[in-house]
Amino acid sequence: MSLKDKLLSSYIAFEDNLEVDSPIHEIRNKSIKKFENDGFPTKKDEAWKYTSLNSLLKNDYSVFPKQLDNTIELKDVKKYFLHDIDTYKVVFVDGVYSSFLSETTHDKLDVCLLSAALSKPKYKPVIEAYFNKVAKDESLTSLNTAFAKEGAYIHIPKHKEVEKPIEIINFSTGNEAAIFLQPRNLIVVGENAHVQIIERHQSLSGNEVLTNSVTEVFAEKRAYVDYYKIQNNVVSASLIDNTYLAQERESNCNVHTFSFGGKLTRNNLSFYQNGEYCNSTLKGITILKNKQHVDHNTLVHHIAPNCESHQDYKSIFGDASTGVFNGKVVVEKEAQKTDAFQQNNNILINDKATINAKPQLEIFADDVKCSHGCTIGQLDEEALFYMRSRGIAKKEARALLMYAFANTVLESVKIPELKRRINKLIANKIGVNLGFEI
Amino acid sequence: MGKFTEDDLKKELETKEYEYGFYTDIESETFPVGLNEDIVRAISKKKEEPEWMTDWRLESFRHWKEMVEPEWANVQYEKPDFQNISYYSAPSKKAKYDSIDEVDPELLETFNKLGISLEEQKKLAGVAVDIVIDSISVATTFKDTLAEKGIIFCSISEAIKEHPELVKKYIGSVVPQKDNFYAALNSAVFSDGSFCYIPKGVRCPMELSTYFRINQAGTGQFERTLVIADEGSYVSYLEGCTAPSRDENQLHAAVVELIALDNAEIKYSTVQNWYPGGKDGKGGVFNFVTKRGLCESNAKISWTQVETGSAITWKYPSCVLKGDNSIGEFYSIAVTNNYQQADTGTKMIHLGKNTRSTIISKGISAGKSQNSYRGLVKINPNADNARNFSQCDSLLMGNNCGAHTFPYIEAKNKTAQIEHEATTSKIGEDQIFYCNQRGIDTEKAIALIVNGFSKEVLNKLPMEFAVEAQKLLEISLEGSVG
Repeated sequence: MSLKDKLLSSYIAFEDNLEVDSPIHEIRNKSIKKFENDGFPTKKDEAWKYTSLNSLLKNDYSVFPKQLDNTIELKDVKKYFLHDIDTYKVVFVDGVYSSFLSETTHDKLDVCLLSAALSKPKYKPVIEAYFNKVAKDESLTSLNTAFAKEGAYIHIPKHKEVEKPIEIINFSTGNEAAIFLQPRNLIVVGENAHVQIIERHQSLSGNEVLTNSVTEVFAEKRAYVDYYKIQNNVVSASLIDNTYLAQERESNCNVHTFSFGGKLTRNNLSFYQNGEYCNSTLKGITILKNKQHVDHNTLVHHIAPNCESHQDYKSIFGDASTGVFNGKVVVEKEAQKTDAFQQNNNILINDKATINAKPQLEIFADDVKCSHGCTIGQLDEEALFYMRSRGIAKKEARALLMYAFANTVLESVKIPELKRRINKLIANKIGVNLGFEI
Repeated sequence: MGKFTEDDLKKELETKEYEYGFYTDIESETFPVGLNEDIVRAISKKKEEPEWMTDWRLESFRHWKEMVEPEWANVQYEKPDFQNISYYSAPSKKAKYDSIDEVDPELLETFNKLGISLEEQKKLAGVAVDIVIDSISVATTFKDTLAEKGIIFCSISEAIKEHPELVKKYIGSVVPQKDNFYAALNSAVFSDGSFCYIPKGVRCPMELSTYFRINQAGTGQFERTLVIADEGSYVSYLEGCTAPSRDENQLHAAVVELIALDNAEIKYSTVQNWYPGGKDGKGGVFNFVTKRGLCESNAKISWTQVETGSAITWKYPSCVLKGDNSIGEFYSIAVTNNYQQADTGTKMIHLGKNTRSTIISKGISAGKSQNSYRGLVKINPNADNARNFSQCDSLLMGNNCGAHTFPYIEAKNKTAQIEHEATTSKIGEDQIFYCNQRGIDTEKAIALIVNGFSKEVLNKLPMEFAVEAQKLLEISLEGSVG
């Protein structure tokens, strides 16, 4: 049975177990129909021209993992947390919430669960106002919507500045030979509120994992959202991440994506600027080896005037890895005075590595400043020579240049501890110890 | 093939008509509408082509039947009904007008602006002209010079008869019959076109141009061009004409194939100014063109195009850089106004080592038009030290038009160096103000700025062409201010 059939048949069982009067009952039914029609995307779809899911879909995934007692100990997973106490944590193990590992709060803000938000009447207005409102009617997102059950629900009220970062971590234990996970996050950031979020998917075994995650972020007036995605999973894990951000007037949203691990990673990152004077930043560092495949598919939709967007993606591809950058900027007719900038720089360090880039501009307004730049090249031979002539070993010299290359992305990370961690990850990935931090 | 007279053909077609139930009047200049194998055969017969050519056409037609019209381009139009088109129309020998006074004054005004001489004006507008005119003699001396050097420059129908070995070897070698929907259609029904062969080591002494051949047979709507530059040769080829063409044919599907053998260089310049449709978006030519060049070692192909006409433009002049050290260039200006839509760009396929390509594309959109750049730069695993530079600039005039960029970059070699940049902007108010305060009115100022914007590409055109193209840009954008 193909994964699609399996999902379609398990949907019936899934839906039977749920209350029919749930506010999202209709949305679920509509979404599964959409998925039934469209199926998994193939290379024939323009948006998936360079990324094929075929090799992943042939695994026999279990869609609803058996509910085992939590088999993971805190000491095994502690290293994946940024801090012991200085962060809020929403932790899921095989798609099930782990209260033992989490640290949530309802003290003036909600850092809790989507399942709670979906079932408790007091959250009904929020769910009705926000759930599935910005997520696109696209087949994988629809699939997630149909099975939407669990994930993080974060609601920051007006004028609230969240004092510590929030970590959303999805562990998979390997209790099943192959598992298909579909976390669903809903994040609402109220007027003038500030929040920092770190998202991570981590497999604790070598078993196959495929995650189809959807996150919706709503940034109200003057809200400030800092979102970090750390993708450093084991090589048997694949991730399709769909993140949608809706921005209101004068809001500021930054998303940083660090892709170092995983077998296949697809990031669908979409920004919708609905109000004037919004600011969006999309940045990413990708460093790949072996046969890894990372696909960044970004969209910035400028709907209102006087907004800015800034994209900066740096990638380094080694061995037989493949990178895809598909960045799209759309400027609507009304979005005058838009300032959109997109940059994508790639370095290929091995002959078997491939990069496919497709930076697109679609512009309907005349008084705008839009530009994009895309380069593919190598490390500067002269710079390497200069360093080596001053006694820096070749490996270190190359590493230094790679660091410098990625630094424009790293310097805007606002959580010092996170920056330190990422520095370490980059050093590990390149295989050097520079003895300093940038 | 034996002698096949018109009478035989007539007889054959008459019987066919009976068999298949369609009516072909051989005396008439135009075939009945619709397309099937018999029409393809009839075209081939009408052109007295050898059997291999007929078979080649039929093969193309069979491929075409299996294909569907591409929909990926960023253009919207009502699809032509391919069974409602007549696929052969002999060039009308009768003059359209008896004297120049009958010609549409608007058209004449455009001619004057372009600085076209009165005699040429008459010819372009289809006025009956005296047989002894300058260009005929020019064309004759021109032909003599070429023949001396061994250059073959004739219509493709003539080449099929006179130089079958060359045509057979190269036709379809760069653009295969089943390359795409329109190329397959063209391969099946092409009416005529140009053929050019430059022998080894010859530098063609003049710009070869279809412009010189306007007194000869019109090429019709399915044009086929084949240019072969043998080792070490050079040719500069001009296609089209700055003068506006009022063509009744709505659908144009041309195929151009360039072959540059070792150390050869081909420079191909196009100015396209077909009827863009009315100000309300009605009518206009659909232009679906497949152009591709193949570069062997150390060869160079350079495409330059100025696209101002047509309601729909779908055109991607490409270079396959097969040989080591070969060079591909693409310089383009695409202007769209009113309801025009253009989806144009290039493909640079790097196969050989040390290959280089440059892409400069300037898009200007005004009115309610849509202008897209779509390009592909592909570096194959064996193409060591490949180098590409692309620049796509768009200029928007007014708030009802759109400018789009769809570049595809695929690199599979670590020594590749690729740079791509694109910008979109409008004409600065300060720039206009600067011109205004120096006594240049706004319309002139815009022409001036557009000219500066397009300079990089205009400079690549042969001189006389460049002057006309510059004026053409001004005319195309007339009335777009405000």
